[in-house]
Amino acid sequence: MALWTYVTARWQSLLMDSYLHASAVVQATLLAAVLGVGLGVAVYRSPVGSAVATALTSAILTIPSFALLGLLIPVLGLGVPPTMVALVLYALLPIVRNTVVGLNGIDPAVVDAARGIGMNRLRVLTGVELRLAWPAILAGMRVSTQLLMGVAAIAAYVKGPGLGNLIFSGLSRVGSVNAVDLALVGTVGVIVIALLLDGVYVLVGRLTTSRGIRD
Amino acid sequence: MTDQAVDIQLENVTKRYTGTRQAAVEDFSMSIAAGEIVVFVGPSGCGKTTTMKMINRLIEPSSGRITIGGADALSLDPDELRRGIGYAIQQAGLFPHLTVGQNIGMVPGLLGWPKPKTATRVEEMLELVGLDAGEYRDRFPRQLSGGQQQRVGVARALAADPPVLLMDEPFGAVDPITRGNLQDELLSLQSELHKTIVFVTHDFDEAVKLGDRIAVLGPQSSILQFDTPEAILAAPANDTVAGFVGAGASLKQLTLLRVRDIEMDEAETATIDERPEDVRARLTAKNRKYALVLDNRRRPKRWVHIRDLSDRPLGTVGRPVNDLVTKQSTLQDALEAILTEGGFVPVVGTRGEYLGAVGIDTVMDTIRKLREEHDHG
Repeated sequence: MALWTYVTARWQSLLMDSYLHASAVVQATLLAAVLGVGLGVAVYRSPVGSAVATALTSAILTIPSFALLGLLIPVLGLGVPPTMVALVLYALLPIVRNTVVGLNGIDPAVVDAARGIGMNRLRVLTGVELRLAWPAILAGMRVSTQLLMGVAAIAAYVKGPGLGNLIFSGLSRVGSVNAVDLALVGTVGVIVIALLLDGVYVLVGRLTTSRGIRD
Repeated sequence: MTDQAVDIQLENVTKRYTGTRQAAVEDFSMSIAAGEIVVFVGPSGCGKTTTMKMINRLIEPSSGRITIGGADALSLDPDELRRGIGYAIQQAGLFPHLTVGQNIGMVPGLLGWPKPKTATRVEEMLELVGLDAGEYRDRFPRQLSGGQQQRVGVARALAADPPVLLMDEPFGAVDPITRGNLQDELLSLQSELHKTIVFVTHDFDEAVKLGDRIAVLGPQSSILQFDTPEAILAAPANDTVAGFVGAGASLKQLTLLRVRDIEMDEAETATIDERPEDVRARLTAKNRKYALVLDNRRRPKRWVHIRDLSDRPLGTVGRPVNDLVTKQSTLQDALEAILTEGGFVPVVGTRGEYLGAVGIDTVMDTIRKLREEHDHG
């Protein structure tokens, strides 16, 4: 019951933290999508390029988030800048990889036909290839978003925004009143937002994928 | 480009990929007349598709000259050039995320046609390839059968009414029956549209059926023989061509000739209510063994042998006629019928009336004459 009292008493600030958390993740995913799709488009025709891009973005993912955030402090200071940079970097791999896989998975006959009837390179890319790779790209963004939900919580370590602050302050005061409640509320909040955003992805997928290529 | 058919000239066209010793296409020259169907046929990897793709510059020639209707194709913007050349490929290559209507309307859209004009055109094209516009326009490619997809592919290629059509094994991925239908439809379309068509296939029978002229290609797209199907079947230029023509060249030749092209034989006829002894007298006088019995509307009914003729009426003796041909039948059909009938098959007109007969000797003579013609010509 103490937990419930806590939640009702801090409703406003909880909502604010949740909003900041979600907002940071969504913005980082969108930014990573722009960069990741661009990178994917740049390398997908070359097997070597694709391998290098995938390896580089995988390497980023192997850096522990705690370490990456810490290493960014001397460069970018505290708060939003290191948080966003770290989130965007972590989001790249699934998006780059799915973009490359999606673009390479297109039936070559379709691209051949598109060129053959007189579409120029840009038009083939935007009108055919990216449209067909879109479900894969969106799936990559979805994975990135889920991944970032957890990473964003760690960002409280560099004074970043979001629900991580609740978790951190709870864990730093273990033993005192409300400590566990704080950490618990923060964690559950992250899970709830993750589920909500996942629902949004399903909806976006429905609305933006042509009926001709939907499963 | 205009709606008029145009000719295509390829002069010393060569394609050499960097890092390979042999050219993919070596010094290819060909003159394709306006409104004819030229079929490139050859084994896989001989460069036939590469050669075709150089016409619309999906593959850039390393050297040589290509003119389409007198215009130098290599000096045009490649995308502009392609919008004026229809392109249909194996498995159709339809855009899966677009509806049938959007697929067909793609080239008119690229050419900047106003929307209503494109919409009308899409309907016309669907009707042209035998698909109901109302039913199919808003479907997606995956909701169509293979044959229907190919039809849409052809409709898309023809949508902007290009004078030239390039077709790369467009019917390669469908079942034999559908393929036959699509071939027939292409021929009937062509009799209305008179496009200049370059058609690539590895199926020699398809080449024989569709081509006004066939180019049999060897390695590096070397032209082994370039002639009419009749000439290639009658007199293959060398062993490689003969090998490609394959077994049954003579039978294939018979598919190119129709009963109306040859001189028919006359069978000895009798009407069904004639007296048997009169017929016997006639057969004896002409030293013949068989008579064809016709009914009162001169339709062939029975074959009777001279020894069948007794006092029984003609309608009850001999054996019934099982197979008939018309003047439009191919000689291959006629031969099949001759084998069934045993030596002769009656030829009938539109109302089933007797016109003449074709015998096995006539078919043999026709083949012999064809060979001689092409050997000396």
